[in-house]
Amino acid sequence: MSRILVFVEHTAGEAERLSLEALVLAGSLTAATGGAVEAILVGPGAAEAGIGLGVHGVRTAHVVADDRLGSYAPAAWAAAIAELIEARSPVAVIAGGSDRGNEVLAHVAARTGRPMAANVVDVSVGDPWRLTRQRWAGSLLEDAQFDADVHLLTVAPHVIPVDESAVGPVGAPAIAISPYAPTVRDRDLVGRVTGREAPDVGAISLAEAKVVVGGGRGVGSAEAFATLEELAGLLGGAVGGSRVVTSAGWRPHSDQIGQTGLRIAPDLYVACGISGAIQHIVGCKAAKRILAINTDPDSPIMGVADYAVIGDLHQVVPAITAEIRRRAAGRPPRPTMEVTRSTPPGREPG
Amino acid sequence: MEILVCVKRVPATGGRIVLTPDGQEIDTRYLGFTVSPHEECAVEEAVRIVEAQGGSSAVLTLGPVATEEQLRDAMAVGIDRAILLETDGREFDPVATAAAIVETIRAQEATHGPFDLLLFGNEAADTGDFQVGIRVAVALDRPIVTGIKSLTVLDGTIVARREAPGGGWETYELPLPAVVSVKEGLNLPRYPSVPGRLRAKRKEIERFAPAWSQAGPLKLGLRLPEEQGAQVEILGRGPNAAPAVVDLLVRIGVLAS
Ligand SMILES: Cc1cc2nc3c(=O)[nH]c(=O)nc-3n(C[C@H](O)[C@H](O)[C@H](O)COP(=O)(O)OP(=O)(O)OC[C@H]3O[C@@H](n4cnc5c(N)ncnc54)[C@H](O)[C@@H]3O)c2cc1C
Repeated sequence: MSRILVFVEHTAGEAERLSLEALVLAGSLTAATGGAVEAILVGPGAAEAGIGLGVHGVRTAHVVADDRLGSYAPAAWAAAIAELIEARSPVAVIAGGSDRGNEVLAHVAARTGRPMAANVVDVSVGDPWRLTRQRWAGSLLEDAQFDADVHLLTVAPHVIPVDESAVGPVGAPAIAISPYAPTVRDRDLVGRVTGREAPDVGAISLAEAKVVVGGGRGVGSAEAFATLEELAGLLGGAVGGSRVVTSAGWRPHSDQIGQTGLRIAPDLYVACGISGAIQHIVGCKAAKRILAINTDPDSPIMGVADYAVIGDLHQVVPAITAEIRRRAAGRPPRPTMEVTRSTPPGREPG
Repeated sequence: MEILVCVKRVPATGGRIVLTPDGQEIDTRYLGFTVSPHEECAVEEAVRIVEAQGGSSAVLTLGPVATEEQLRDAMAVGIDRAILLETDGREFDPVATAAAIVETIRAQEATHGPFDLLLFGNEAADTGDFQVGIRVAVALDRPIVTGIKSLTVLDGTIVARREAPGGGWETYELPLPAVVSVKEGLNLPRYPSVPGRLRAKRKEIERFAPAWSQAGPLKLGLRLPEEQGAQVEILGRGPNAAPAVVDLLVRIGVLAS
């Protein structure tokens, strides 16, 4: 029987979205091969989260029960999964493409001496298995052959759709909760979470903002971000930027959008003076709409933007904020001359 | 503190990726090369720790002979010495890469004494395998933390912080020797100075030639994801486009009319 184990992360008794994506992939594989999907859950609230997995095609949830694993300890969590691999002989173990999913599965791979494929988007079961995985954070796809007795995979985030209607206890199939007491070695507990700090509250977080105004090299200085801040403020949004602006110290790294920064999915992303390098685009392509403001009509951002203004952001952005304020005050349009005069001194009009 | 930093040379692809006709590689003929921003931060952190606490730092990479460039970049900002695991250009999978690094670390430690800290980037920029650092740590039986964005080295221990799922931070404390994989944001890397570059140019690079092997997923080919193909709508040129932009903001519901 081709059983598949899925490492399910959870908070407050609910499975994480990326783990549900892993369950969808596991479900599609067992549908093709016959066999069942079994979940592995660790930490406080595991049993509660396990019960909710019936609607996601899980028949058995292994709940790892040991208080020493209550705090996240990747090596120890992986040791428990490695034991369950021995006990259940699955053909695959799948995790979501989160920091923890990748980390725990890499520990499983390392300690059991098996290969692992990260950021998988598609699998076809055969002899050997074939898979497609992301490179360059999704800017490139790799087709590969994957030969292993137990296939260890993580699923690239936000590629596999989750059936949101599959929620709620109504008609949820019964699920067996199977407590599992792992062997816990002290040395696997050395790397574990010993403290937590709550997120800052107050300011609109870049990750959650509905509108993001992003600035790139074209903004030119830390001070010049003031006009982007003003526009973001009027739209109830947040300001972000490209790597050029964080490397230059114009903005903190926490504002960086892209492969080695944040992935955002706002309703609108306004990309000001950003060329659209692939490493930036992977961070903002989930935006519903992209508006580019750029002097160069041939810059790569035009290939991904839905709307564009060709022009100098130092003129265009203040003109947009002025227009928003004018309409809010119910005033007639300003003559163009006045807008041009709001350009900072020393800059060539675009 | 004795520190080893492991980095990977990758093409600095810009606005789009072009593949070779056989679909096996990125066409790098017109591209420069770099290391991941995560690894730039690992290099900077090693230099800062040694500046503050004494000791020495080394940088290691596995790649073709041209990868010398990335080793010299690291030495130009203050890394003391460099080790090249020279390949014939074939891609090493993460299992083979980790095995070659482990073998080298054992040999280095036998001659130079133990490393207190091994630093990696959280994931390679190109292949994004998320596992080489962990495989090395497990093989050497040293504790590892990954995804680190703040690191404090105390006497014999480190305190490391990373972003917690759902926001905020989580803290780890590890005894040394330890392995840490880091993310961009850990620090703001310095630019190399001209004297730094000159010094780096003259330094010897230790070279080894690890055997190629294959255990991980076997690459069959590369391809570009399908483009969404949306046609950009030009709203206007210069500040005169402002009314059209504001009309759009209202139309898509991000601004009340
Ligand atoms: C492994 C790796 C990871 C990376 N990770 C990231 C990442 O996470 N995030 C990220 O952003 N980058 C990342 N990068 C860097 C990326 O490749 C680009 O270098 C970077 O995104 C370019 O930033 P930019 O668009 O601001 O600058 P540029 O590419 O220099 O573009 C500036 C743009 O501004 C326009 N412009 C100039 N002046 C004006 C003006 N006055 N008005 C309007 N437009 C103007 C220009 O026409 C141009 O299009 C990474 C690179 C590598 C190799």
